[in-house]
Amino acid sequence: MDLELTDEQRMLADTVNGLLEKHYDANARLGLLRSDEGWSRDMWRRYAELGLLGLTFDEQYGGAGMGPDELAVVMDCFGRALILEPFLATVVLGGGLVAAAGTPEQKAAILPAVAAGETLLAFAYLEPAARWSLTEINAVARPSEAGWTVSGRKTAVVGGDAADQLAVTARTPHGEVGLFLVEASATCVARDSYPMQDGLRGADVLFSNAPAEALGPPADALGAVEGVLDVATAALCAEAVGAMDRMLWLTVDYLKTRVQFGRPIAVFQALQHRAADMYVTLEQARSMALVSRLALRHDDVAERRKMLRAAMLQIDLAARHIGQEAVQLHGGIGMTMEYPVGHYLKRTTVISKTVADVDRLTDLIGADGGLVPAG
Amino acid sequence: MDLALSKDDRAFAERMREFFTTEIPADIRDRLARGIHLGKEDVVTAQRILNSHGLAVPHWPVEWGGRNWTPLQRHLWSEEMTLAHVPHPVVFNTAMVGPVIATFGSQELKERFLPKTANADIWWSQGFSEPNAGSDLASLKTSAVRDGVRYIVNGQKTWTTLAQYSDWIFCLVRTDPNARPQRGISFLLIDMRSPGVTVRPIQLIDGGYEVNEVFFDNVEVRADQLVGEENQGWTYAKFLLGNERTSNAGVGMIKNRIARAKRVAGPLMDDPLFRARVTRLEVETAALEMSVLRVLARETSLPPGSPDPVSSVLKLRGSELQQDASELLVDALGPAALPYRESREVPEGFAPPAEGATDALPTYFNWRKASIYAGSNEVQRQIIAKAILKF
Repeated sequence: MDLELTDEQRMLADTVNGLLEKHYDANARLGLLRSDEGWSRDMWRRYAELGLLGLTFDEQYGGAGMGPDELAVVMDCFGRALILEPFLATVVLGGGLVAAAGTPEQKAAILPAVAAGETLLAFAYLEPAARWSLTEINAVARPSEAGWTVSGRKTAVVGGDAADQLAVTARTPHGEVGLFLVEASATCVARDSYPMQDGLRGADVLFSNAPAEALGPPADALGAVEGVLDVATAALCAEAVGAMDRMLWLTVDYLKTRVQFGRPIAVFQALQHRAADMYVTLEQARSMALVSRLALRHDDVAERRKMLRAAMLQIDLAARHIGQEAVQLHGGIGMTMEYPVGHYLKRTTVISKTVADVDRLTDLIGADGGLVPAG
Repeated sequence: MDLALSKDDRAFAERMREFFTTEIPADIRDRLARGIHLGKEDVVTAQRILNSHGLAVPHWPVEWGGRNWTPLQRHLWSEEMTLAHVPHPVVFNTAMVGPVIATFGSQELKERFLPKTANADIWWSQGFSEPNAGSDLASLKTSAVRDGVRYIVNGQKTWTTLAQYSDWIFCLVRTDPNARPQRGISFLLIDMRSPGVTVRPIQLIDGGYEVNEVFFDNVEVRADQLVGEENQGWTYAKFLLGNERTSNAGVGMIKNRIARAKRVAGPLMDDPLFRARVTRLEVETAALEMSVLRVLARETSLPPGSPDPVSSVLKLRGSELQQDASELLVDALGPAALPYRESREVPEGFAPPAEGATDALPTYFNWRKASIYAGSNEVQRQIIAKAILKF
């Protein structure tokens, strides 16, 4: 059983945490949040220098050749510092898709540039009427002389505002859900950019016969997309646990320092027990984040997906409990934009709606027979 | 949670499963699986089979029948036993008094008691709680006054589980009324047949007689039945209670009950509301199972006895999920859960009760105890709060 971090993983965590403690305190983050771009190019360069932007890519493509466990270590750190940079969009999703679906030429052309911090990517797959379905999509891809063209509308594209290239899902004339790479600067790509509810930047993107190249054969695309979303799910679980851990400890510190009725409010048992319940929820969430990483090693795809869904479901419920209680136990200060705890609530709320939501996850797990065999 | 197990550990679990399902009589396992109450004989029979194969007390020191297993192997042994519906060895014997005698008792006490304790030749009860010493156990008042080679014991214990079966009782008694509460307590072994011991059953809301009051009226106890040193009993009690950080989670019990609920639910499993409840419970149980494995994985790296608030998480969440699972089964059964029946026999022409029907509501009522015993859930919250708030 390898349920604890290895020494190397601990060192990785120390390095990333050290960097973020130095450059990413709550004030610095607030400044970035209010800046035009919404995140830090300097930090992006530093991530590249540490090898984080190619963390999971093969070494032949400029990557560090690490796996989902190391990715989880880094995501946990990012969750603690609540980073605003488009790491999930560019490295986990965009880079992950190129690595999983791309031809060797595409990988060689794109991944080293991503790892060096020179290229930003995003994954445009959600559509306004499809909730989180990968297949109920209206975007279409048509063969053209130069390759393909893509038309359709995508929504809530994390990092879609700044991405140089967009990985887009679209239905081919053969009825397959293919994966296509589109230059974001093309004239037939229109972007409606906005901050997401958690402050990370995103966009709705309108493709009107945008020139595109297929990322690998369209027939294989869906499997690759699902595999990358599996990895992203585990990564998001880890990020959420990092954020929830910070929420608990911010709350604990606040209870110990806030004085009312002449004493720190931590002496009140009603509050002590609510903090204890947050701890219970956090530990259960931490366990399921671990389950999500172990699930990625499962050969049986159905089993793997069921466990990943279970993990995300538990994380979502935990994030609601911890986030809501963290704000409540802080009282008014927890409601302010100036204080960090609300920002954690916002991020974990968005994380919980990135790959699916609780009702869909619950339904999918149940439809697949659940986790305990009836025997 | 096969995902988290190594090949060797998986093989170990399979060996256990194989043993439990072939060596323990099918009729005992079948009755337990169907929720039919087992008597003392069944539990003793199963424990003796386990003991004859060296599987009753694997966590004891090797010279007294232990196996030198890893914490994870001990956990798998226990979980597989539950999943195979094998009655566990008497917990008061194997998990409680046995390890205390083996660790703190004299050689003479070890030889006198350990083999019989492992083989269930003696059935032990636990004499800790008193009417006015529940969560505040250290305030216990039952006294033992030294009189030459004997102690004279007076007082009352309560919530004494299965005292009606027991031959001996291990008691926390006050030997120094003037010391600080925790300092004046000793750990004494008392023969239930001693003159002056009276057992009075307490009927619980499920209709059964699981617990008792035990009265001590000038009971004479040989002084050599003191375990360890006088006035050190609180240390031994803490050792006893801290011995199994993970056993109160009850993952196997929860899974068994969910499985039974799914079997009896039938078409209800297609109802989205009911199915969602089942799924949420299953997911939370998977999280609990992984939390158990995490505690076990840390067990080898933490110094023994060091506090780990995660064990309180296991007790707290485990007991809640046991209760949720018992509730789920009741809801799955619907009206079939309502009749109260002492036995499953019905007059000719009537259909026998559905699987699990007769014990579903009694168990739901009975399992309210899970959040009360072994440190009430409020006490567990207090332990966690203290650990994180450090006040």
